[in-house]
This record gives sequence, structure tokens and C-alpha cells, in this order.
Amino acid sequence: MTHDLGSLVLAQGDSWINFDVDSFLNQFWSNTIDGLSYGSIYALVALGYTLVYGVLKLINFAHSEVFIYGAYATWFVFYGLGFRPGATAELPIFELVGFLLLALIAAMAVSGGTAVVLERVAYRPLRKRGAPRLVFLITAIGASFVLQQILFIWRGGNPENSIRLLRNDEVFEIFGASVTNVTIITVIASILLMAGTDLFVNRTRFGRGIRAVAQDPDTATLMGVNKERVIMTTFLIGGLLAGAAALFYMMKIPQGASYQGGFILGIKAFTAAVLGGIGNLRGALLGGLLLGVVENYGQSLFGGQWRDVVAFVLLVLILMIRPTGILGESLGKARV
Amino acid sequence: MTVTSTPPAHAAAKRRRPVSDWWNNLPRVQQWAVLIPLVVIIYLLPVLNPPILTTQPGYDFATAMFEVSRYALVAIGLNVVVGQAGLLDLGYVGFFAIGAYVMALFTSPDSSLSKLPFLVVLPIAMVVTMIFGVILGTPTLRLRGDYLAIVTLGFGEIVRLLADNVTPLRGNRGFQSVGHPPGTNADGSPLFSNTNGTPWYWLCVTLIILVLLLVGNLERSRVGRAWVAIRDDEDAAEIMGVPTFKFKIWAFVGGAAIGGLSGALYAGQLGFVNNQKFDVVTSMLFLAAVILGGAGNKVGVLLGAVVVAYIPLRFQAIAEYKYLIFGLALIILMIFRPQGLLGARQRLLTYGRQAYRRLLGKGEQVSSDGSLATENPGEKV
Repeated sequence: MTHDLGSLVLAQGDSWINFDVDSFLNQFWSNTIDGLSYGSIYALVALGYTLVYGVLKLINFAHSEVFIYGAYATWFVFYGLGFRPGATAELPIFELVGFLLLALIAAMAVSGGTAVVLERVAYRPLRKRGAPRLVFLITAIGASFVLQQILFIWRGGNPENSIRLLRNDEVFEIFGASVTNVTIITVIASILLMAGTDLFVNRTRFGRGIRAVAQDPDTATLMGVNKERVIMTTFLIGGLLAGAAALFYMMKIPQGASYQGGFILGIKAFTAAVLGGIGNLRGALLGGLLLGVVENYGQSLFGGQWRDVVAFVLLVLILMIRPTGILGESLGKARV
Repeated sequence: MTVTSTPPAHAAAKRRRPVSDWWNNLPRVQQWAVLIPLVVIIYLLPVLNPPILTTQPGYDFATAMFEVSRYALVAIGLNVVVGQAGLLDLGYVGFFAIGAYVMALFTSPDSSLSKLPFLVVLPIAMVVTMIFGVILGTPTLRLRGDYLAIVTLGFGEIVRLLADNVTPLRGNRGFQSVGHPPGTNADGSPLFSNTNGTPWYWLCVTLIILVLLLVGNLERSRVGRAWVAIRDDEDAAEIMGVPTFKFKIWAFVGGAAIGGLSGALYAGQLGFVNNQKFDVVTSMLFLAAVILGGAGNKVGVLLGAVVVAYIPLRFQAIAEYKYLIFGLALIILMIFRPQGLLGARQRLLTYGRQAYRRLLGKGEQVSSDGSLATENPGEKV
């Protein structure tokens, strides 16, 4: 994307923020569409935060590392298949779909596994001891450190450049903005996955267990819900979705996988979860899409380097003004 | 209760901290008699360069000691916020960065602002960070627990990103030859240079002692008791008439000022400030120092800071793994000893226990380890 289409600089001279209104207006639609595809990735990761928060009232800080483990899994699958960073492979459609599905399964398995192990090793002992909430939070920070450093020690500080199997081709245009195949796949697959999760939580027996534990863990246990299993499933679902997000991230976002790469994306996904209303599944989708779009508008208005600042400022603003998010209703209060 | 058949485990549970009890029961004079030689030894450390403690040849010992003391100062500041008032602040590095940048902006020739001497900028840096503490605290301190943690994390990141992107802050190029305190050696070279850590260490230790006296007095005052009340149960404190918001802001601003002070010292010693070293990971390392040592306990956080700063410098072989080690330490500690190596000492509860003992002739087990227990510490799931 280019943002220097005849910039109208309102604040002249030494000022450090330029309001590039022209670029904002010119690229409004392409930003919207691009933002939606970013946003659907955020939303997938945000679901992991929101599910765990709904059930355990815990901000799972290490979820960003669960995500980045999936990204590494994707990279290794592509690498193992013989593809290398840089060039984009030209593959027959059948093989392409097969490879992408393979990477998707690997990423989901690795992320889901990481999330479950994390729950087992770090959080379950705390629950057994009835630790206060801040102890959980500090453990989560510690776990996030550990997972990050394992990657760093193993693979070093340099990011693994994205390997692309699919060229980012324009499929059609809306309002002069091109919609690419990657965007279409990302958005549609994310929405399908989220709809699946929503159905799972709202329609199945296990989902009812999740909602019951979210509402009142003690009563749910008395009613015969296996709380430990519900919590494990919650972490597993969050991990699986983060793994799927990792594949789309590797297809879409240029930075590739780095050991710290999860952090910024994790914060953004968390912002999305808070924006929609943490503990609310549909809120995560709404928040993710909204954040992706707003961030892209901010980027085109202020310049690329302000992209992350927009997200963080938005996070601080929502938490201050409406901590319950747009759809304040939480997982525990969701109707049957 | 002094039956001889009592198993040792029980006896240990009854008198949990013999050292601290012994210390608290000593008369003031004897406490000084122990403290003064200890402080003298601490001051002499870089000169003595003791064989086992020394970090040489890997790292200059005096500079290493300054690093350790800088961490200790940060830990005391963060302890006011996290340990005493119970506000989990993940963006403390933001205040540290602001202190460093104020120092750089006013003393470095690379900055277009007017140049001021180091000692003048030091209080300015503290005041500026305090202002930022108010700016951040006023809107966000209505939030609790993990939400507050996330907002402060966001604040820390915003500060870092501003340092990256705002042109006058010079991003990665940074500011060269940041100012240092006055004074020269016999040969005319500056006393406070970035090659000799000893004077910096002495300055920092002096500041630590001053700050400890100040914070200790605050702790024993109405303010300190209000902080403990807020940490243990904010709602109860509010109902009992403690203006919680006001005291939370005070804790935040006080902690920020100390963070700014240590940031300014850091900038001065290094002589160079750029946008590196102010990331969230550093913030977590600060937090690790406080939590490891024992949030709420001044001696504890000093110990935690020494552990966090000293171990990677002393054992260079493991320096690469320091974040991994501290992450693991955090997890293990939270599972087995959530109050940290030295738990918080609550004088009020100690007095209560003594009174109870005197009245009924027996000791009641009052837990004083709930330093981080913001809600239902005894709740079993």
C-alpha cells in the first residue's frame, strides 16, 4: 500500500504528526477492506482471550505466545514442504489447498497443544491453591516470558520471513478498491471459524458447560459440570483459533514470525476483545473488525509508523470510557 | 503452647520469621549498631572488589554495582505502587523512559532545548514524571486489577512508540553525551564518567537511602496505612472513609517520581539515550524484581532487585537466558510462594498479634502474607 498520493500536510514544518487527509479520503475503501482482513485475524485471536476471560476471569497474557507458536508451526510446515521465503510458489489449485490445509491443521494443533499445556503447567496448580487473581496474572506474564524465550533461544532474534504459497491477486473491485484472494480467504475462513465457535458454545452440551462455568463455577460443579474439563476445553478452543489466525497472519501480514511478534498482535487482539466486550464471543468479532478498520484509517491519516499507537490509544480510551465494551453482555450472561 | 512434643514443622509455622521478629524487637540503638557497619560495607563494595562477588573479568564490578543499585532504586519505586498500594503497573518503564528522556533533552548537545546542569535537571525529571503520573493516573486509576495492568501496559507501549516516532526524540539515533554531575578528579577529568561506575554507585546508594527513609516514613504514616487498606480490600477501605482514589494517585505519582529519578541516573551514567531499552520486557524485569523479592517488603524488593540485576552480570554464561530464568522463577514462585522470597510485613497485624498474645497468653495465627491478595485470599476453589 502506498500512502503518499499527493499529501495535504495541514501541520507544516517541524511538526511530527502530519494529517494526511487526502490519502485518507483516497484510500478509504481500500483501507476498509484491508482493515477487515486484519480485523478478522485480530478477532480470531481475541476469541481466545474472551473465552478464557469469560470462564476464568483471567487475562491470559500468554495467549499471544500461543498464537506465535502456531505461526512458527505454519512456517515449519511450508519450509518442510520445500518452500523458501522470498519467492511465491506457483502451485496447482489442488496442491495449494492441500498444503494450506496441512499448515492450518499443524498450526491449530501446535497452538491448541501449547494452550492446553500452559493451562496444565501454569494455571491449574494455582487454581488448586485458590490463588488470588493477581497471582494468576503474574503467572501469565511469567509464562509468556518463558514461551517467548524458548523461541528466542531456539531460533534466535531474527524473524522467519513469511513463506507465501499464494500470490496476493486482485479478484474484483469495489468502489475502486481491490479485493484480493488472500483477503477473501482470510475474512471468510475467520467468519466460518467464529460462527463454528459460536454454535459450539451456544448449541452443544459442552458449550452449555462452558457457559455454566462462566456464570457460576461453584454451582456448575454442583450440577455435575466437570469444571476442569471445561476449562481445558476453553483453552483448547482458544488455542485452535489462535493457530488458525497464525496461518492467516503468515499469509497476510508482511513481518513474518518472530519470537516477540506475538506481543503486539496479542495486545491488539486483547484490545479487540475489550472493544467488543470481553467475555462476549460476538463482541470479539465486532471488536476485531472495528479495530482492524480503525487502525488502517489511523495509519493512512497519520502515517504508517503510528499504526500501533492508534491501537494502544484506542485500548486506553475504551478501558477508560466503557470498560464493558460495545456489547457488554458477557459469556456468563448469554441466553441459552 | 510450649509443649516439648510439638513437631518442628508446627514450631516453624508458629514463629515464621525469627530474623525479622528479632530485628523488630531490638532497641533502636542496636539496630543502628548493625546498620551502620552494613551500610559502610555496602558503600565500600566497589573499592573492596571482593573475590567471589566480583563480576570481573566479564563486567566491570563498579559499573555492575551501579546497575544493581539502579535496579534497587527502581524496585523501591515500583514497590510503592505494586507492593504497598496493590496497583499492578506493567508500564513502569514508561516513567523510567520519561526520566531518561528529560535528562537527555535538557543536557545533551543533540537537543535543541537550552542546556542545564545535571543536578538541576534531576528534580525537573522527577517533576515531569510526576506530572505524567497524574496524567496517566487520573483517568485510569478507577480501573482495578488486571484492567489497570493492561492500561498501564498500553501506556508503557505508547511512551516507547512515541520515542520511536516523534522526530525531536531522535528515535534510534538518540542523544549523545548526556550530562553528568559536577566534580573532577585530580587530573581534571570528570569524576562522574561512564567508564568509572564507583561515583555513580555511591550517588545511587545515597539516593536509595534517602528514598528508603522517605518511603519508610510514608509507610508508617496515615498514607501508608491507607495504601495497605486499599491493597487488602479497596471497597472496605472506601467504606471506612479512606479516600481511595486520592491515595492511589499519590502512590502512583510517588512511584513515578522514583522511576523518573532512576531513569535520569541511567541516562547520565550511560551518557546516551535512544529508543532501545524501554520496551515491555524491561518493565517485566522490573516487576520480576519486586515480585521475586516480595511485594510490599522493602528489604524483600531490594533483595529481588539485587537478584535480578546481579545474577546475569555475575554469571555471564546464563545472561542470555535471564528472561527465561526469571519467567520460570515467576511461575514457580507464584505456585509455591506467592508472597515472594520475603513476604510483606504488616506491622498492624503484628501489633494485633502481640496484643492478642498478651491478653490471652497464646499466639493466634494471623496471616500477614496476603500482599497481593486483592480479593478473598483464603478462597479455595
